[in-house]
Amino acid sequence: MPAFLTPLQYSILEAVCARLVPADGAPDGAEMGAVDYIDTLLGAFTFTPPRIWAGGPFSGRFGGESSFSDFEELSPAEELAWRTRIEGSLGIPERERLGPVTGLQDTYTRGLAELGEKFLALDPAAQDDRLREVGDFTRLVYGHVCEGLYGAPEYGGNRGLAGWHYLNYQGDVQPRGYSDAEVSGG
Amino acid sequence: MSRDFDAIIIGSGPAGSTAAEVLTAAGLSVLILERGRNHLIDLDHPAALPQRFSNDELKYMTRHFLGPDPWAEPRTFRTSITDGDRQVVGEVNNLPATVGGGGVHADGKLPRFREDDFLVGSELGPVEGANIADWPVTYDEIEPYYAEAERLVGVAGLAGANPFAAWRSGEYPMPPGPAMYGALVTSAAAQQLGYHPYPAPTGVNSVEYDGRPACNNCGFCAYFGCPIHAKGDPVAPLRRALVTGRAQLRPQSHVSSILIRNGKATGVEWIDARGERHIERAERIVVACGAMETPRLLLLSGLANAHIGRNVMFHMQTFVFGIMPFRVHGHIGRSVTHVHDDHIVVDDAARAAAAEAGLPWIKGGLVEHCSPSHVIAEAKQYPWGPQHKIMMRESPMRDRLLGFCMQGDDLPQVTNTVDLDPAVTDIWGLPVARTTYQLHTHELIASRHHGAKLVKIMKAAGAERIMTATSPKTTGDLATSHSEISQVPISRHVAGTARFGTDPSSSACDPWGRLWEAPNIMIADSSVFPTGSGYGPTLTLVALSLRNSRAFAT
Repeated sequence: MPAFLTPLQYSILEAVCARLVPADGAPDGAEMGAVDYIDTLLGAFTFTPPRIWAGGPFSGRFGGESSFSDFEELSPAEELAWRTRIEGSLGIPERERLGPVTGLQDTYTRGLAELGEKFLALDPAAQDDRLREVGDFTRLVYGHVCEGLYGAPEYGGNRGLAGWHYLNYQGDVQPRGYSDAEVSGG
Repeated sequence: MSRDFDAIIIGSGPAGSTAAEVLTAAGLSVLILERGRNHLIDLDHPAALPQRFSNDELKYMTRHFLGPDPWAEPRTFRTSITDGDRQVVGEVNNLPATVGGGGVHADGKLPRFREDDFLVGSELGPVEGANIADWPVTYDEIEPYYAEAERLVGVAGLAGANPFAAWRSGEYPMPPGPAMYGALVTSAAAQQLGYHPYPAPTGVNSVEYDGRPACNNCGFCAYFGCPIHAKGDPVAPLRRALVTGRAQLRPQSHVSSILIRNGKATGVEWIDARGERHIERAERIVVACGAMETPRLLLLSGLANAHIGRNVMFHMQTFVFGIMPFRVHGHIGRSVTHVHDDHIVVDDAARAAAAEAGLPWIKGGLVEHCSPSHVIAEAKQYPWGPQHKIMMRESPMRDRLLGFCMQGDDLPQVTNTVDLDPAVTDIWGLPVARTTYQLHTHELIASRHHGAKLVKIMKAAGAERIMTATSPKTTGDLATSHSEISQVPISRHVAGTARFGTDPSSSACDPWGRLWEAPNIMIADSSVFPTGSGYGPTLTLVALSLRNSRAFAT
């Protein structure tokens, strides 16, 4: 059950992510969790605490007790900043101190509506053409796809550590760390 | 006059936490007010070492966990007064707003300055358009404080390894940590061409030190808090201050003004996390907010000395990157383990290059041998589509990339300022700091002269392709096409906005960092630096804070 996206929006975004990072030997961007990452960001405030900052110090992947899933509480100022960023200023005076802000939720809703259900029926080359046509939206989504594939899985993406595994990248290695020989050796 | 504390310290970074240690040791009661949150220390049990920081690129590199939030507490920027009120609103040189300040996110390269860095005016001489002055303190006078700062913070290094270093009274407290592979490659090339790379003096434990463990090379160093307290961040001085029982540390407490009556500070007004205002009284005020927030606070408090907010200096960073035919695994180790100082020396070739540009001399800066370590930042540089995974696997911009970053000396100019933005406010309704800044010809010429040498070293190291860039962005030989590099300097080394000196007509503070116009206010951070040097400011500002806080306590 997505936190923010409708089933149709979810499907369109899956198709987008599969073009931004297509499958080869490794799964595509959607299969690696990019859509779930974006949905978690857009719906961050449907969780308590909101899914903005994962906890610490350790993920448990290399020892220590797992704590990344215990997300940090936000201060009132931080909550205002992040709600403004995600939900937009919505005419609320305290969110418009620096002028009106278009929220990520609105940008995604409009961007996905512009691609529409018909995006799903296009062949891959035509989908790529459409993505080039809506370049600003594509750039925004691509940045989030990169975060979703290579960020910690607690933020909703990097499913089964797929983004790190295909790179042979270990991610958060505390408290194990690396040996001095690994630091200095070629 | 009634008072709540003997002293109030504003800011808990390296300067403020050092002042807290000194003032509490002298028997004073101290309140430390920090605008950011506390993830560093257990306020009820300061001797314990809580572990809160994590290896999490999203949290630290993308989502501003250490603050300040660029929307809630923005800054503004313009290149000159002819560019309107501002060109940029948001993130301008944001050092962390968190307990521990910039000491939390730094990877802890802690070099000393050289003798002539304190005497630029008399030894190198004036430069047209620059506002150069000698420091009111010499290296010889400050050397014992450097030695003490290295012991208190915990610096690993190798005495004698750098032929250009100033004299020192003893060894480093710890030997250097393990050399990163990439740094060994670039250091060998530099050596081959006659340069003198050496293990970077680093505030990261190479052995267990002061009850904190040795670094385990996790790779999440620069821009991250250390999950295991192996960094020499301000946890050490804050602990020592808090365990005296004479210090209170209040996070999320934003000082809005220093209260001043008849040339004397009487206390501060501060705003809590819910936006409520409070007043606290003290006989002494230490300002340690960093060289951008310090002048902002002084100006918000109505202090009007003509030198407050002038002469802001950054480092002009010159980058030379090489794509190598082999993997360098820059994600393993403490970000930077080797540096060289050759470009800081004003030699005949530098004087000749200067003369060609009509300058008396040029000075470069410390060169860090670095390699990028973070995968999200890497991924965003590649195009989308089928190339994405090919590039990520080949990793030309991370796992095969080696770099040099020269922290070029930036000359002070009276027209480079930090003042109050006339319209943009923070979440508390206070005007934000506005920077007006452009480079002097000196920085451009030094960058070109020394950047060309770095390109040669990178070629000798075997790079298949070489890329160059500067921050702030420039045109010419080292111009960059990198869209994220802008006119806003990305160097977090900032200084100069309340310079100290012997003459009130040409400085904001006296030789002990006390404001001429209100001497019970001491500026503890790099705002007091009259000139910048080509080295990071942290160890020097800690040493100065030790010296000046001792005088301030009596």
